[in-house]
Amino acid sequence: MPLALRLQGVTFAYGHAPPVLRKVDLDVQRSEFVAIAGPNGGGKTTLVRLIVGLEQPTSGHIELDVDKVGYLPQRAQAGIDAPLTVRELVTAGRASRTRLIGPLGGTDREAVRAAVERVGLAPQADRRLSTLSGGQQQRAFIAKALAGEPELLVLDEPTTGVDVEAQEAIAALLQRLRSELAMTILYVSHEFGAVEEFVERIVLVRGEIVFDGPPSALPGVWHDPSHTHA
Amino acid sequence: MLDLEFMRLAFGAGIVVGLLAPAVGFFLVQRRLSLVGDGVGHVAFAGVALGYLLDLPLVLTALAVSVVGGLSIEWIRARRQNAGDQALALIFYTGIAGGVVLVSAAGALNVNLFQFLFGSILTVTRSDLAVIAALGAGALVVITLLYRPLVAVVVDEEGARVAGLPVGALNSLTVVLAAVTIALSMRIVGILLIAALMVLPVIAASRIAWSMRSTILLGMGIGLGSVLAGITIAYYADLPPGGTTVLVAAATVLLAESWSAVRR
Repeated sequence: MPLALRLQGVTFAYGHAPPVLRKVDLDVQRSEFVAIAGPNGGGKTTLVRLIVGLEQPTSGHIELDVDKVGYLPQRAQAGIDAPLTVRELVTAGRASRTRLIGPLGGTDREAVRAAVERVGLAPQADRRLSTLSGGQQQRAFIAKALAGEPELLVLDEPTTGVDVEAQEAIAALLQRLRSELAMTILYVSHEFGAVEEFVERIVLVRGEIVFDGPPSALPGVWHDPSHTHA
Repeated sequence: MLDLEFMRLAFGAGIVVGLLAPAVGFFLVQRRLSLVGDGVGHVAFAGVALGYLLDLPLVLTALAVSVVGGLSIEWIRARRQNAGDQALALIFYTGIAGGVVLVSAAGALNVNLFQFLFGSILTVTRSDLAVIAALGAGALVVITLLYRPLVAVVVDEEGARVAGLPVGALNSLTVVLAAVTIALSMRIVGILLIAALMVLPVIAASRIAWSMRSTILLGMGIGLGSVLAGITIAYYADLPPGGTTVLVAAATVLLAESWSAVRR
């Protein structure tokens, strides 16, 4: 199966501080659904920020073999105070797929509509984002990432602050995305119970990769990935 | 009132400024860079002084120096994310100090600088109006054409960066548009008050709008209404137009806040 991304000997430090990540090697195949887990402060978010290009490694090499990347940051929220509808948010995610100048074309409007529908928010498309529940808002942000038709979808703690029902809805949505669109998904979480049954691979990060394999092979002491004892 | 040519010129310039300032201001306010307008306004003062020194059209020298100042702010801000206010402080004080020194060097310290700092409807000339209309229309066309990517950046700058949009260029464009707005507006509201016209109508609009697009359009409507009402009130009550316009815009914020509170 072709590679979606490869990290070779990646080390990262903020300024002169001790490295957050040390000599990370990681291959992810296309269409894989990988959970990246580990304790808070273990370097999960730094790892995905390196993968999506928001940080540059101090040393090592990162190779992405995908055309478009969709990214849902931790505690995603719109960067504006003005009212924002679900459709406007999702349309913003389409900008990377369209020409820079001019209004949205018919194909792009259809892609936005499809993304909104895929996350089950069609009835709320013209509602203000701030009037939706936490789980619905997260799904709207996933729709924004989907509107760019990414080959790699990176989600950083997408279920933080949402109830169990919403967590399960998001997990089911991601499973559908993978099976219907063959999308490569990286799912960062320190508590990923809702997706554990869907992922085929867990990467446990604690400054370095301390486990990489199927959930069934995870040593018992690590089954709660936020566990602090190695 | 409209029998007087200087009032017709003032209204002509006011219409352009009233529409343009909130349209540009929207992108600054949403990026939490409301004070960038103030910083660039201070730099524009140095541009006016340079115009005196070199005997060049003041709008054009203010425009050129404002663009350089705006891009400098953005350059520092982009490289040192936490130093935004320090970048503004550096540009603020360099602009004002440079302006005073240049005006002095031009032997023009006795000219009425108040008209540039706080606006004066008597100072709009026909050639000013032609420049204001052309550049103002150009800036509005640029915003219309690049509306989607500009919005994508203010909604989620990191997401836009990951998706491959030219975020740095779009952010630089925003401050260039702010610089153009300030240079065009100094005759009407003055370089020390123009930032208010970029910010207050957007704040008022965001309290009563139902979407992002409606916020921009309502903001432009409030900006236009504020300028037209401000100039009219200033004419009949013999008040400074810049201050009067900004007070009208501030009143719309209070009205919008009240409306929003009642509706809740």
